[in-house]
Amino acid sequence: METYTALRAFADSWHLLFMFLFFIGMVLFIFRPGSRKLHDESANMIFRNDDRPGGSSDDEDRPRGRKESEAR
Amino acid sequence: MGELLKLGGLGALILYAAIGTGLARDPAFLAHALIILVVASGVFLWQLRRYGEPAPVHDETVYMDGVVRAGVIATAVWGIVGFAAGTWIAFQLAFPQLNFEWAQGYLNFGRLRPLHTSAVIFAFGGNALIATAFYVVQRTSAARLWGGNLAWFVFWGYQIFIVLAAVGYILGSTQSQEYAEPEWLADLWLTVVWLAFLAVFVGTLVKRREKHIYVANWFYLAFIITVAMLHVVNNVAVPVSIWGSRSIPLWSGVQSAMVQWWYGHNAVGFFLTAGFLGMMYYFIPKQAERPVYSYKLSIIHFWALIFLYIWAGPHHLHYTALPDWAQTLGMTFSIMLWMPSWGGMINGLMTLSGAWDKLRTDPVIRMMVVSVGFYGMATFEGPMMSIKTVNALSHYTDWTIGHVHSGALGWNGMITFGALYYLVPKLWQREGLYSLRLVSWHFWLATIGIVLYAASMWVTGIMEGLMWREVDSQGFLVNSFADTVAAKFPMYVVRGLGGVLFLLGAVIMCYNLWKTVTSVEVKRPATAPVAAE
Repeated sequence: METYTALRAFADSWHLLFMFLFFIGMVLFIFRPGSRKLHDESANMIFRNDDRPGGSSDDEDRPRGRKESEAR
Repeated sequence: MGELLKLGGLGALILYAAIGTGLARDPAFLAHALIILVVASGVFLWQLRRYGEPAPVHDETVYMDGVVRAGVIATAVWGIVGFAAGTWIAFQLAFPQLNFEWAQGYLNFGRLRPLHTSAVIFAFGGNALIATAFYVVQRTSAARLWGGNLAWFVFWGYQIFIVLAAVGYILGSTQSQEYAEPEWLADLWLTVVWLAFLAVFVGTLVKRREKHIYVANWFYLAFIITVAMLHVVNNVAVPVSIWGSRSIPLWSGVQSAMVQWWYGHNAVGFFLTAGFLGMMYYFIPKQAERPVYSYKLSIIHFWALIFLYIWAGPHHLHYTALPDWAQTLGMTFSIMLWMPSWGGMINGLMTLSGAWDKLRTDPVIRMMVVSVGFYGMATFEGPMMSIKTVNALSHYTDWTIGHVHSGALGWNGMITFGALYYLVPKLWQREGLYSLRLVSWHFWLATIGIVLYAASMWVTGIMEGLMWREVDSQGFLVNSFADTVAAKFPMYVVRGLGGVLFLLGAVIMCYNLWKTVTSVEVKRPATAPVAAE
């Protein structure tokens, strides 16, 4: 089979299926139970480390990232 | 050893450029060789004077903001250049006498048009993207930029690419592919710079101190990777001579057209959309001081946009030699794109829910909201225009130009202005902007300018589309092409006036930002002791 036909056949069958399943899987994954807290935490991460990189100042030992919300 | 390699590489480059000035086959290549010769010699001397000095130490406890400051300045300067060029060529179309006889072949519309598009998209937009990407990835990774001075190489390398491209356009070096006009030499250089950009960005993400990668960085990363891929594939060409600027592309015929519009539409989709969405997802929440409306929606927005955009290119080739199935595919994916685009728009706008009063008091947030509004408008208009029957009327008319500008001026321009107003006080540690009144002036001048532009292009585009297809009872075409040109004159003048207003607003912004840096008090550090109550 010539390359074009082979690629075309792959693209509109298995690859299409792969992309479709990946997308559905992604949507299901982000709505998994317990994701709300993580997403709230991620959405708020822009409000810290505004002036200096993390771990550089007095808050060296402060748990970072997601652990922070769990500690709260 | 590393220093010797650098000196050797620069020496080889100087030798190549020096020989190139002698053997140049065309004026554009001669100009390029001279630019490379001067820049490479300068860097060579600079490097030589520092030979043997200890390598610069990078303080990991502070952010690398110098390169972001340079990027902000470059964005503002190139913005003025690009808007001025656009306004000028708008008047050249309205008044052809402005294509001066003495400047034919250099400063006529045909030569200046790619200069305008590249100046606004790649110089203004590109510098804004690189600067904000460097700013955002540091803040959201809580880490200094990776690679030491590599970020400076990206900045200066990109400016050199812009100058090479611009000089080439004026002197007639072009591949004649829209948004991909630069010839092989500038293309190769951009590839090097872009891979360095990717390395700095990914390197910073790898050494991040936050567990999660914030969604803005996903958009930035998609933009960097996809643009690298598009650029390389669309520019596969064999130079006629290494001493000349001309090259022969590998693709030909309908494949060439398809590759070009796969590139062209994804330059819109990833350069002007994904990259700028990265800006939206950082700067709107920061300016509104509220987290993004829905983080879940932002993830769906990302994947849906990435999956759909890449297929939409064929809608630029409706009713051409491109196979029908490919045209229909492009149209279908373009229509589907409407949904993720509006999902993103809703996410940006609703970030203000509960804080809508800020629209009254903060002209910067007003600018950002209007930009998201234009994003929504342009991403509705685009899918509509990609429908074959609509495209039959709109294609090759000024409607397309109006659509592009409501996206570029409204969405890309306004979100960039908003980001600049946010960044300048931050980067120069000022208390705030010099004048909010001037921001309001900029906002209204720019908005009215865009409305004049878009409205006049809708009218003239639909008018000329209808005039082209008008036939009399015998089946003969009613209008000659020149009739449509004559009928468009008033709308062309209105369009030019819209450009003047937009340019004026940008000049006011530059003055305001300049005064912010020079005459606003330095912000006291946040750690300064506050009087106890």
